[in-house]
Amino acid sequence: MHTLSAEHISLTFPGQPHTVLQNINLNLNEGSLTVILGESGCGKTTLLNILAGFQQPDSGSIKVNGKAAVHPDARRAVVFQDHALMPWLNVAENVGFALKLQGVNEPKAWEAVADILQTVGLDHVAEANIWALSGGMKQRVGIARALISRAPFILLDEPFAALDAFTRENMQQLVLDLWAQQNKAFFLITHDIEEALLLSERLILMAARPGRIVQTLQPGFAARYRNGEPVRAIKSDPEFIRLREQLFENLRNQKKPTADEAA
Amino acid sequence: MNTDKPTTYSDGNTSAFIPHAPLQTATLPAKLITKLQRRSTLALSTASVLGLLLLWYAITALHIVPALFLPAPQAVWQKFIEVSQQGFMKATLWQHLAASIGRVLPALLAAIMIGIPLGLWMGMNKWVRAVVDPLIELLRPIPPLAYLPLLVIWFGIGETTKILLIFFSVLAPVIISSAHGVSSHQLNRERAALALGASRMQVFRHVILPTALPHIITGIRIGLGVGWSTLVAAELVAADRGIGFMVQSAAQFLITDTVILGIIVIAVVAVALELLLRNLQKQLSPWYGQQL
Repeated sequence: MHTLSAEHISLTFPGQPHTVLQNINLNLNEGSLTVILGESGCGKTTLLNILAGFQQPDSGSIKVNGKAAVHPDARRAVVFQDHALMPWLNVAENVGFALKLQGVNEPKAWEAVADILQTVGLDHVAEANIWALSGGMKQRVGIARALISRAPFILLDEPFAALDAFTRENMQQLVLDLWAQQNKAFFLITHDIEEALLLSERLILMAARPGRIVQTLQPGFAARYRNGEPVRAIKSDPEFIRLREQLFENLRNQKKPTADEAA
Repeated sequence: MNTDKPTTYSDGNTSAFIPHAPLQTATLPAKLITKLQRRSTLALSTASVLGLLLLWYAITALHIVPALFLPAPQAVWQKFIEVSQQGFMKATLWQHLAASIGRVLPALLAAIMIGIPLGLWMGMNKWVRAVVDPLIELLRPIPPLAYLPLLVIWFGIGETTKILLIFFSVLAPVIISSAHGVSSHQLNRERAALALGASRMQVFRHVILPTALPHIITGIRIGLGVGWSTLVAAELVAADRGIGFMVQSAAQFLITDTVILGIIVIAVVAVALELLLRNLQKQLSPWYGQQL
């Protein structure tokens, strides 16, 4: 069982009055689906960067399978909001990038690439240039690139924030399908309440100034999708709508200025 | 379970496990419009050059300017044939051209071999940048003619001085563009590679270098332009062959048609080299300038 844990993570950026992250504790287990929901600036991207090893905390530690993991490595693949694909490589070459780095021989690598491209529905554009793809397709390439690396942890940094509603919902379904198929830990950050509710086994609500965990929920809608319920039916369920409104209220209350800030 | 059955997506697509969004490519009319626009701009550019030739012809045909100062286009064409076959100052046009290219090419190669690694190193390392950047910024604005006398004192009047003069004029743009190429790379691409298990060397090889490549070629393009224009200055010093030498010698004897011929040859070669490098840039970095 692979585990990724954040223990007592705190961070303040030099010259900034507020603590970015304050005493964050988090565990990601193999096969889990965790979503962090919070307003912009609450420190959720910083938390992801620390989990990935891109940023070092002032205090606390990141551990993979119980051992300190200070620098980024192949166990924690990341999907970025801006996709961060290599434009000089075509779709298949981007997806097979991790295998090239590992020195996997070409026939074996192409077999794996073809397989993963079929999984994410991009087998028909394997030879296409990155710039010829739509935003949703670029994100599929980014997800496929992360999946092929065989990393047990897939960290997704607001991956669908720039997509239209229709594409966004298709991509949400893709994540749920992949979570159901693959025994990996998916960790996604978002500021979209509906997305957070749908895509989480465990939903963690963060508040800003200082960035901290204020609430943990287990909505159960992802499990309902895995059991065969369509996304549209889940999103129009009264329980889903009630939780969505409740989370909206919680977030709105957090955004209210404190007495000091108002003064 | 939704794991082993085709998923029904909100667009009603059930034919595949994941719906295939259409690839966004230009439609046929859009391609046709682009092609027509390209042809129109090419026609305009050709018309512009032909217009200049026509103006030149008109001025000489109407004797507005004496032939000593501006010979007719046909006189320059005659001179082209004459210098190509019989030569000028003990060498044919092609021998002069070969001598000039023989100076620019080694200077360019040396600038590439030294400038690209140094520029990349500058872009990667702030300490190297702190040392090299002020030296480059000092060298860059100095006109080559200003340090030509110093090079003559140090290296004499032989080929070394000429090649060094061109080398220094090419070096700065190559270094600056290479360094800029490194600093223009996206942090998230580097991070994506690191999170896929890339070593620092692999990040450099597979992320930073491809990002820098179009900038490096731009540096070579700029450098070659500057180097070619420095040629005349370089060939002022005790040269007995070269296009710059040919122009200078002809000017001393008021052989204006040869002067104009030399200028045209310099321009045509420069344009040809520019087009060659622009094409190379397009071939090696087709993604450069695309909406990513």
